[in-house]
Amino acid sequence: MKDNNKVFWKGVEELGNSPEFLKNAQNEFPEFLPLKNSSEESNGTDRRDFLKLLGFSVAAVSLAACEAPVKKAIPYLNKPEEIEPGIANYYASTFVDGGEYCSVLVKTREGRPIKIDGNKLSGVTKGGTNARVQASVLSLYDEARIQGPLVKGKPATWAQLDKEVGAKLSSVAASGGNIRIVSPTVLSPTTKKAIAEFKAKYPTTEHVQYDANSSYGILKANQTSFGQAVIPSYDFSKADVIVGFGADFLGTWISPIEFFSQYADTRRLSKTKKTMSQHFQFETALSLTGSNADYRQPIKPSQEGLFVAELYNRIVAAKVATTPIKNDTLDRATKALLENKDKGLKSLVVSGSNDVNVQILVNEINLALGNYGTTISLATPSYQKQGNDEAMNTFIDDAAAGKISAVFFYGSNPVFDHARGAELAKALKAISLTVSFADRADETASLLEFVAPDHHYLEAWSDAEPKAGFYSLGQPSISPIFKTRAAQESLLSWSGNSVDYYTYLKSNWSSILGGASWDQALQDGVFEPKNKSGVEVTTSTFDRSSVEAGIVKNYPANTSGIELKLYEKIGLGTGSQANNPWLQELPDPISKATWDNYVAVSAGYAKTNSLEQGDLVTVKAANYSVVLPILIQPGQAANTASIAIGYGRTNVGKCGNDIGKNVYPFARFVDGTVLDFVTGISITPVGEKYKLAQTQTQHTLMARPIIQDALLSEYINDPSAGRFIPKISTPDGKVAPALVDIWKDQHHQPNHLWSMSIDLNTCLGCGACVIACQAENNVAVVGKQEVLNAREMHWIRIDRYYSSDAEPKETGKYFTNDAEGIGYGTLEIASENPQVTFQPMMCQHCNHAPCETVCPVAATTHSSEGLNQMTYNRCIGTRYCANNCPYKVRRFNWFKYFDNEEKFDKNVSMNTSLGRMVLNPDVTVRSRGVMEKCSFCVQKIQEGKLKAKKEKRHIVDGEVTTACAAACASGAILFGDLRDTEGKVYQERNVNNIERTYTVLEELNVQPNVTYLTKIRNISKA
Amino acid sequence: MAKISEKTVLNMSRLPILMSRISRSILTLVAFSFVTVSASFAAETDTTKAAAPAATPALNGKGEQLFKENCKSCHKIHEESVGPALTGVKQRHDAAWLHAWVKNSTVVIASGDKAAVALFAKYNKAVMTSFPTFTNEEIDAIIDYVESVPKPPVDVPKGPTDGTGTQGGGEYDTVILGLIVVVLVLVLVAMFIFLSVIKRYLKDKEANLDAEDKELLNQKFDVKAFVRSKGFITIVVLLFVGVTVKTCWVGAQEVGVEQNYAPVQPIAFSHKLHAGDNQINCNYCHTGAYKGKQSNIPSLNICMNCHTYIKKGPNTGEAEIKKLTDAYAAGTPIKWVRVHNLPDLAYFNHSQHTQVAGIECQKCHGPIEEMEVVKQQSNLTMGWCINCHRETAVNSKDNAYYDRLLKVHAESKKKNDMTAEEMGGLDCSKCHY
Repeated sequence: MKDNNKVFWKGVEELGNSPEFLKNAQNEFPEFLPLKNSSEESNGTDRRDFLKLLGFSVAAVSLAACEAPVKKAIPYLNKPEEIEPGIANYYASTFVDGGEYCSVLVKTREGRPIKIDGNKLSGVTKGGTNARVQASVLSLYDEARIQGPLVKGKPATWAQLDKEVGAKLSSVAASGGNIRIVSPTVLSPTTKKAIAEFKAKYPTTEHVQYDANSSYGILKANQTSFGQAVIPSYDFSKADVIVGFGADFLGTWISPIEFFSQYADTRRLSKTKKTMSQHFQFETALSLTGSNADYRQPIKPSQEGLFVAELYNRIVAAKVATTPIKNDTLDRATKALLENKDKGLKSLVVSGSNDVNVQILVNEINLALGNYGTTISLATPSYQKQGNDEAMNTFIDDAAAGKISAVFFYGSNPVFDHARGAELAKALKAISLTVSFADRADETASLLEFVAPDHHYLEAWSDAEPKAGFYSLGQPSISPIFKTRAAQESLLSWSGNSVDYYTYLKSNWSSILGGASWDQALQDGVFEPKNKSGVEVTTSTFDRSSVEAGIVKNYPANTSGIELKLYEKIGLGTGSQANNPWLQELPDPISKATWDNYVAVSAGYAKTNSLEQGDLVTVKAANYSVVLPILIQPGQAANTASIAIGYGRTNVGKCGNDIGKNVYPFARFVDGTVLDFVTGISITPVGEKYKLAQTQTQHTLMARPIIQDALLSEYINDPSAGRFIPKISTPDGKVAPALVDIWKDQHHQPNHLWSMSIDLNTCLGCGACVIACQAENNVAVVGKQEVLNAREMHWIRIDRYYSSDAEPKETGKYFTNDAEGIGYGTLEIASENPQVTFQPMMCQHCNHAPCETVCPVAATTHSSEGLNQMTYNRCIGTRYCANNCPYKVRRFNWFKYFDNEEKFDKNVSMNTSLGRMVLNPDVTVRSRGVMEKCSFCVQKIQEGKLKAKKEKRHIVDGEVTTACAAACASGAILFGDLRDTEGKVYQERNVNNIERTYTVLEELNVQPNVTYLTKIRNISKA
Repeated sequence: MAKISEKTVLNMSRLPILMSRISRSILTLVAFSFVTVSASFAAETDTTKAAAPAATPALNGKGEQLFKENCKSCHKIHEESVGPALTGVKQRHDAAWLHAWVKNSTVVIASGDKAAVALFAKYNKAVMTSFPTFTNEEIDAIIDYVESVPKPPVDVPKGPTDGTGTQGGGEYDTVILGLIVVVLVLVLVAMFIFLSVIKRYLKDKEANLDAEDKELLNQKFDVKAFVRSKGFITIVVLLFVGVTVKTCWVGAQEVGVEQNYAPVQPIAFSHKLHAGDNQINCNYCHTGAYKGKQSNIPSLNICMNCHTYIKKGPNTGEAEIKKLTDAYAAGTPIKWVRVHNLPDLAYFNHSQHTQVAGIECQKCHGPIEEMEVVKQQSNLTMGWCINCHRETAVNSKDNAYYDRLLKVHAESKKKNDMTAEEMGGLDCSKCHY
């Protein structure tokens, strides 16, 4: 009750109370939006429309009267033994995209991969996934993929390509010309072996690895400190205090899926575990990681070195002479780290900086805190970032100087995703042999003479070693759709080895397996002997003067002017899957923007420079400039701007082309590493407006306690701290809402009561569940215009709420004038750095569902297992249910999204014959005019029940789960049968976290089957 | 007026007596026939009982199951099929030979065993499927089962023993209906006669009647006026509208209902021959029927299991089988015409009904083993599904999944067995998602 006054708000729109926001806030459906293009004049139903309608009706009636068309059933000629139509098969495989790694299970139906799940056997990703992994199945069916080898941009045969490449290679080799293979991080030991074989045949070959979002600074720092140019493996789960400097380790930094579950483990609370980690984050843009931190300090990127140096000076006795920093959050962090150390507990300090000197200081801090061996391990290094910025820089220099005779681009697209891409594009013309293994004629490949397309990972044999001793196998789950060939096979054949890649991989694995079973490794997808660990470091080499000099040089004491920070989005990443409409439409966890990148600036900056949301501005640095819209981002450091990389592709396909602007060229090569920030930029308005498609600008909280939160200290004293317990006034006094009931009959659930429990402490807001749900339930992509019209179709959304401890002058005042100084206006200062809470919101499956009572045709009803059922074929589209839903989770099909390429060409999974292969055959594709919503994945429930019935047993807890719960890397979403008292949901809700459990809008007494656990922050009161 | 009505009442009062007489005679008839029918049923059950094989049940159970699952598609017990009739196999070969043969006949033939080579030659050099996983005991169990099945008596067409026959129920209905019609007609005739008698009687006494009664007595039926009367037109219009609405309603309900749809298939495949005469288990070809959602149409390689050797059939000779073997040789799958077309919006899972509920295929598909051309037996409407879910008791025996439901059912003190409806069999989301 105490937290009743705390104010949460959804975004700057709500703070500003703009007229447009107010309009959307009040309306469930934005009515009267033009269905036609604005150029066409709409003047109601005219005679022609009437005639059309008449004609259609007559045609429809006569069609219905006809005999049903003859349908053919064509069986297999020879049915493969393992395929039984209607029954899914699962194959363990490995998702690899550059250094990104995830061990996965691929669900196939009749030979088509349709869904990706995490592989629980993996010791690295532990069954977790992220949005990009979930969406990768749609990238398989991308029509922009090239269908076979290209020679000079024209389709050719493999024989022709092999002949021409072979001839050129021998002439290059004969003249002793330099050959380069340019790739991102290569995780596959077998690919590396194949490259080594190629090198042996052509000794002038060098393999250049670079990462679009580089971590080369860490490699170099570890080389300096410990003599090993590797990235250590981190274990956040053992850290009691976590300090991050610009490292978005929950979103995009090194191994986010792995860190996600580790971090969530430290944030989980229960009756038996009342401790949680304390997390400090110093960063420029509000990242996913920063939004989960207990204390967050917005800093300018040019201050990061000073902050790290200051922390170093406070932790380590010996000091570096840099400008001292006075900062409250840093004081707290120092105190927490030192106290933690005194208690003998471990901590972890990480930095996302690519500056070697900063990373060396971070190494020293961790060493001084005794973290090596527990939270950081160099003995089991991570291989997920091996990119060498210096080597790549040298390569581009060499190419520009005409010193390169042949170049192979394997999985890389440097013309797009390298800072010096434009230079490279010019230099490529002079190289005599240019080959790409890209799956499409991308920005780089389209400039080259040969394209030898590689398989998609779901079509290929592959392997990976993301961490030392953690091996992973990938097997094809579909035959190659196009005439593609494994890149390794191409390389091997050009080096004179005509072995197929499967045989090559298997024979290479016999040495990895060392006698262990190949079949077992293939079935498990992973092989983790864990016997490879080396010796943990205890001492380091530290050259104070050079570090000091580096910091002083790169981080001046006083910086004025605007700084630009480049960052990676959790949806699009580095842009390799930019043609995936699921990822383009995934709302950014923080800004909720879709289909664009933008210039994020703080509210203060916007105010002083009279900028508004959506104003187009020119962002100009010394060497590059772009025009992008402004997005006012709470939490953005003052006088900074952030722009996401990965956008602005020009040769990726119809869904990703010309979406946003490419900002890679802003990055600078300084002292051997690529830095992702620029100082001294200018932002000048163009004078035009641009509409950014954000979700969550409609509907409002109406100042209701949807988020319930408390501090850890309060929680320890009273586990129900922060709970809002509503009372309803009746003539007999105030009573609990459950006692005021208009429903006479209760629903009975004799066998199952499907329920969900969501822990707001471990929901870190990544959005993997959104894409998993989209893939599982055939959810349509609506495109930017329809998102602008607030008609997105996602069944699960992650609501992001900002809040602040600042007290408003008066509560309950909602639509008030700022000038009067009451309402939300007073919170603007707080909005500079708000607290953030994520709340996944989907159909709550109310047992007293308001939607069910208003449906005139009983299309939405309650099942005997507690589900709120939606029967599409019965729905007539009155939308009463959505109007009556207090959670605003129902989605209306305003259009026919399938077989409608004219209007919804970006909804590829329903509009192209290739894209349709991804559809889940067990879930209906909804037609125009019907309502839809989360079904608790009823198809999976039914499947699980059938399996149990066949095996004559009860359902085992965890056997039946929803797509969102299965995708969640942090285990925040639990799903199960509440009738199973041993089950996880029952235990969480009624035993372990009974006091934290609440239902959203309990005062309405709609009795949802989804419950939430209060958010607990590890913040001291003082 | 008053007098007339009195008389009528008097006369009418006799009708029930007449009716009761008639019905009494009907009752007697019905009772008599019922006795005959039940007697004939009783006789039938007796014969089936006598025909049941008397053998050790434990062993036989296993042997029968194994036979049905593995042997039945090629062997019959008393007749030759793809392979020889199995009865008397114990006398023809010794146990060791049989064990070796069943596990791998090719090895036995290759060893030059005379009996084996002769057998192989006799049956068109068709290799018998090997069963290397069978134990000797299992093979013995199959043979014991085979030997325990007595030869069925020669098929004598069962004629009706008396006039009533076994299908009496329907005929009785017709007889009763006919009788009622006859009686009604008689009543009508009697009433007309009665009316004319009274009229004639009153005509004689016309002088005594008052004006009103006279008018009534002398009135003539005016057809024209009747047709033009408001009441008549209203009734006709109402009837017309009613019939039209009814026809439309009934018609609308049949839109998309393809009951009795029996398309011509590209190959004249006969279920009667395969499933009926040759008694091949449904599951042998429709491999998914007990496993998954679809009871898939067999892939060609399953057909070829037998038709590699069987090139000639009793119905169409070689022509139709040749289509099959040609298609296989050419590598083109057969484009069968789909008979059962459930709309996409409905999810149906075969294994739920066959494997779990233990429902016979015939329950929905009709006497498929008698169909030369397969037709859609049931109408496959939602009402049809729902009705079955309302009426059918759940096959919950020895299935732990239903424990909780059975407990709830027992507590509810309902007299019937637990139906699918009680466990949520009518929930929308059971079929629509």
